[in-house]
Amino acid sequence: AAGGIAASVPLASRAQDALEPNTWEEITNYCNYYEFGTGKDDPARNAGALTIDPWTVRIDGLVDRPGDYSFADIMSQMTIEERIYRFRCVEAWSMVVPWNGFELADLLNWVGVQSSARYVAFETVLRPEEMPGVASRVLEWPYVEGLRLDEAMHPLTMMATGIYGRDIPKQNGAPLRLVVPWKYGFKSIKSVVRITLTEDEPPASWNIANPREYGFYSNVNPQVDHPRWSQATERRLGGGLFAKRQPTLMFNGYEAEVASLYDGMDLREFF
Amino acid sequence: MVDRLNTVLRRMPAWAIYILAPLPVLWIYYLGLTGGLGIDPAKRIEHELGLWSLWLLIAGLAVTPIRRWFGLNLLKFRRAIGVVTFFYLLAHLLTWLVLDVQFQNVWADIVKRWYITVGMLAFVLMLPLALTSNNCSLRRLGPVRWRRLHKMVYPIALLGALHFLLLVKGFQWEPILYALVIAVLLAARLNLQTLRLFRVSTRA
Repeated sequence: AAGGIAASVPLASRAQDALEPNTWEEITNYCNYYEFGTGKDDPARNAGALTIDPWTVRIDGLVDRPGDYSFADIMSQMTIEERIYRFRCVEAWSMVVPWNGFELADLLNWVGVQSSARYVAFETVLRPEEMPGVASRVLEWPYVEGLRLDEAMHPLTMMATGIYGRDIPKQNGAPLRLVVPWKYGFKSIKSVVRITLTEDEPPASWNIANPREYGFYSNVNPQVDHPRWSQATERRLGGGLFAKRQPTLMFNGYEAEVASLYDGMDLREFF
Repeated sequence: MVDRLNTVLRRMPAWAIYILAPLPVLWIYYLGLTGGLGIDPAKRIEHELGLWSLWLLIAGLAVTPIRRWFGLNLLKFRRAIGVVTFFYLLAHLLTWLVLDVQFQNVWADIVKRWYITVGMLAFVLMLPLALTSNNCSLRRLGPVRWRRLHKMVYPIALLGALHFLLLVKGFQWEPILYALVIAVLLAARLNLQTLRLFRVSTRA
């Protein structure tokens, strides 16, 4: 990726000096990216076929300067920094990932968000000829996700373009993906080709597939179980066969930073 | 060809199955311990043992249709297949209990989570079958009652298929395929006569 890595220490990681990142091998060989297959090792095996150069992101909707922005254009405007975040999957496993990327807010401010915008919609690339998994209708394709505008503008929310200072691998969502560390992993949509500012709550793929199990917000919350499993604890991957389960933290450990976004909301109803 | 196979099978002792049965479990655990199953070994072992349980259930259910359709006689291995199925199910259950959920909220999970309820029910229903899979029990119960009891494997297989269907995320073919295979093997047991009887009784 273009751009150097700024040596800034983000707010969230200062309180988390104890976070020990997973290895490159772990992070890049255990992925959920159903467009390349439902197995955890399918993406690493199949994602090689994805063309990521050239790459264009269409930014449209309620923005001042809508258009098709090339990946290089975007990177020339953004400051890349490293963020070590917890990553909690809705399946109750977790990792720690040293991402490189930029704040989504910087990108949105660059294109100019109009005052009527309240939500941000995202879309993953859909290329059946390069993505063997989309032949099966596990989900409706293309994969889509959404955030409330204040969530999208939050300084913790980033677009990742790298891991461990290297370009982000295709199986992890190259060339750029969303990372929202206080939400379940599936919110962090991969290989983004479209960002749309909207007035209404945008659709989200897992929510469409099963609204009872996957809400729009999908904030990490140990008190609200998935209907089919508990979210109170998680398996931190990389600890071997006998690793002990760990308690899951409210908002995945980012409660101090993000809890105020949901003041007055019943998190059981808006799960 | 089938005759020759039957002759070979007749000479093969059923206890060979008991000797071979633990090998896949040991292999799966060996891979899990040495990193051969990736970074989430507990989940993978649990999943692999669950799949083996399903395969073994299917193998047990296939014995009769295979004999009827192809003339191949595997009947003397059926009890061993059944007992081994139970041990794979037990290994699957223990892996879930000890390595995956680690005894946390176990009872709540069994009551609240449908796929766990269904899986646990299948295991409990299999207990009397495992306990009576010996000649002594067969003699004590008599062949009629014994056979009636062991027909419980039909609902057990259906519960196993349902367990897999309920636990996957999104629409996936693999569990549907297993459910179909089990459905076909069970349907093979409904001969025309029982179907006719059923029609008469529903009309009455």
